[in-house]
Amino acid sequence: MAAIIGIGELRPVRSSTGATTLGMIADVARLALADAGLEPGAIDGLLVGPQVGETPQHVPATVAEYLGLRPDMANVVDLGGASGAGMVWRAAAAIEAGMCEMVLCVLANTREAEPLRSPNRNPIREFDVPFGASGANATYAMIKQRHMAEYGSLDADFALIAAAARDNAQRNPEAIFFGQPAGVAEVLASPLIASPLHLFEIVMPVAGGAAVIVASAAAAKRVPQPVVHLLGAGEKVTHRALSQALSLTSGPLKPAIARALGRAGVGIGEIDVLSLYDCYSIMVATTLEDAGLAPPGQFGAWLRDADLRRLNPHGGQLGFGQPDLAGGMTHIVEAVRQLRSTTPMRQIDKARLALITGNGATMSEATALVLGGAA
Amino acid sequence: MNLAELKVPGPTRTALTAPFWAAAAEGRFTLQHCADCARWVFYPRQLCPHCWSPRLQWRDASGRAQLETWSVIHRPGHPGWAPAAPYAIGIVRLSEGPTMLSHILAAEPRLHLPLQVRFTQVGAEVLPCFEPLT
Repeated sequence: MAAIIGIGELRPVRSSTGATTLGMIADVARLALADAGLEPGAIDGLLVGPQVGETPQHVPATVAEYLGLRPDMANVVDLGGASGAGMVWRAAAAIEAGMCEMVLCVLANTREAEPLRSPNRNPIREFDVPFGASGANATYAMIKQRHMAEYGSLDADFALIAAAARDNAQRNPEAIFFGQPAGVAEVLASPLIASPLHLFEIVMPVAGGAAVIVASAAAAKRVPQPVVHLLGAGEKVTHRALSQALSLTSGPLKPAIARALGRAGVGIGEIDVLSLYDCYSIMVATTLEDAGLAPPGQFGAWLRDADLRRLNPHGGQLGFGQPDLAGGMTHIVEAVRQLRSTTPMRQIDKARLALITGNGATMSEATALVLGGAA
Repeated sequence: MNLAELKVPGPTRTALTAPFWAAAAEGRFTLQHCADCARWVFYPRQLCPHCWSPRLQWRDASGRAQLETWSVIHRPGHPGWAPAAPYAIGIVRLSEGPTMLSHILAAEPRLHLPLQVRFTQVGAEVLPCFEPLT
């Protein structure tokens, strides 16, 4: 059983003019290595993301060279917001296959004041963009609209998700919205971007980075940190463009979560920390229902009864900010902190089991992890 | 807003998809149909995504659809669309089965609203947009 033995996270910033992706990868990798109490030579596996602006190809070799690593296994994981969770499962599989023993999984991104437009020539560019549908706001808005039209869910139900994220961010000084709480009324009063989505239901894009080090259980015994084990994982990829989705109200996280829980031998009711991918309010709503926490259409009632401090205690990406692909990795970093009981401002009491979800594109790429701590 | 006046990105045609756009320019709505499993396919592909048959043939389709979801865009992702905002986009289920994203010319969109194709000049291109069925 593989374990996460090191974590690192950069403080998110709105723009990083002058910084390079490689430099930020180096910063966050160093944090993760120091957290694990390791020397660089201990790392023999490397998983990186696809979007290194200055390095369109040969990304693992470029990162390895920059960091002075000579890995026995190196690869790119390209699953959008599910890349972080996808890396952890792949690292564990590579370790089990005997390819390597300690894998650095790292994602980071710069952000310019004026981000470049995508050079896509894919079906979305040909069949969606010409009709006026550019970007994720439009597609997640359509998922939310379908939920409201089919189930009668209310704007105020969705606003609860954004308000809870802002509230949790008040216990995370690293969060981009630390010091800026927003209640349900303020979420609903924020500008409509793409109906029915309001500005505060949408993540703030930031520069940042996050990394974890995955090791075999045997190697994990040699590090000083409390061990956090990967108990189960599941994954599903169903489409790229929302127009090709099998469903607009349920996504590939449903089978991914079921598989992760099944492999861990854990029921959803036993989970202490819910570290759920939250690029938009609607993504949390759908995930709560796909996880079986609430019946279809009923996430609002669940939210009103739940202790929302254990849903993305660090503020989620809605409160922390979204450092591009690393945004998904921040859900893993926070789950590890909680399972180690090292978050005094926001520690979940007796946190023993965490569910992490990663979601890429528009409910397209899904990876779920169940992590277990020693508590 | 006259959509023809927009300066916006048009379709990035390939040799395989060109018949779809050429038909639209002539006011015809055409889709691929699988000669093996008899299902309709959108968007156009090299093989049938249901049965992997390469025998896809262009056939004129009804142009009828129903609305599966929609959004009124207030802040477009592409700056070229800003003069048209607010405007509606949506996902429609074609009568033949496939779903597609389109521009929705309806004052009051609602779930399962019956629609018909309306070829519309958007910038330099004629696109298959959808309006309420008359």
